[in-house]
Amino acid sequence: MKLKALVPLFVFAGLVIAFGFGLTRDPSLLPSEMIDRPFPAFELKDLYTEDMVTEEVFKNEVSLVNVFGSWCVSCEIEHPKLMELGRNETVRLIGVDWRDTEEKGKRWLARNGNPYDQVIFDGESRLAIDLGVTGAPESFLVDPSGNIRYKHVGIITDEVWSDILEPIVNNLRIENTQATLQP
Amino acid sequence: MRVFILIFALVFAAPLSASAQDVVAGSDAQELRARDVGRKLRCVVCQNQSIEESDAQLARDMRVVVRERMADGQSDAEIIDYMRERYGDYVLLKPPVQTNTYALWFLPLVLVLGMLFWLVRFNRRRVAVETRQLSDAERVQLNKMLEDDST
Repeated sequence: MKLKALVPLFVFAGLVIAFGFGLTRDPSLLPSEMIDRPFPAFELKDLYTEDMVTEEVFKNEVSLVNVFGSWCVSCEIEHPKLMELGRNETVRLIGVDWRDTEEKGKRWLARNGNPYDQVIFDGESRLAIDLGVTGAPESFLVDPSGNIRYKHVGIITDEVWSDILEPIVNNLRIENTQATLQP
Repeated sequence: MRVFILIFALVFAAPLSASAQDVVAGSDAQELRARDVGRKLRCVVCQNQSIEESDAQLARDMRVVVRERMADGQSDAEIIDYMRERYGDYVLLKPPVQTNTYALWFLPLVLVLGMLFWLVRFNRRRVAVETRQLSDAERVQLNKMLEDDST
């Protein structure tokens, strides 16, 4: 009889634990809907030239797409790592200058260095919304067929690169080599 | 009294649609529809507000996208699906009723029913205990105790 009276208490405790666990999760980190889906089609101007860039830019090589902006403080913190990746030619870097003016974007890159093989100017968030971007910096790994394979929200630190992104890049390269060797 | 009414009115005037300031769709009917859709979409930056209310830049850009798609002839459902495909179910302010949200929608009802059920069971047992009659031996003992008390 006494134990049965404690059932509501146990139910409550169970709920507290379940909800408490839920509170530890960060709602601002939206899971990416775009994994394993083709990079959305787009046609945007290159930041420096008058050329238009489309999703064809991803063919034949693994790419790291980095969404940044001159207004983004975290992007400045992340930038040295991208400069390092650019110097070592580790992976093709495609920048997306988001919600900027061309002036400010170019000035920011002049000041902080430009590691990108190409910079796409997305002043009106068209590509960003198509990618499900909620803030900067955010980075995507795109395979040589143009499919998004991974999304990283936040700064790419040394650990993020070596523990998460680099292995994926290597796997994608192996995958691509295997695919091209298929008879 | 007039001051009170004024303050009361101002409090309710505060949450104006942010889109009233800049982005406007083609026709009035379209604008109303666009605001309706916008009120259903969560601003992914300021996550407690809809894209209509939020001042965030991204919210403004999303409002533009909604109006452009509407002008293109897309239906409300198509525009909402577009956002959902990119941002996930979380972009909907009202969670959809589907397998992984059954607990969210029905748990409160289940808990309330469970509590009511528990209370009914508990009360029934207590009533049963109270109506147990005294046995003869206990009645004699009770009378004796009462007599002893009164002397």
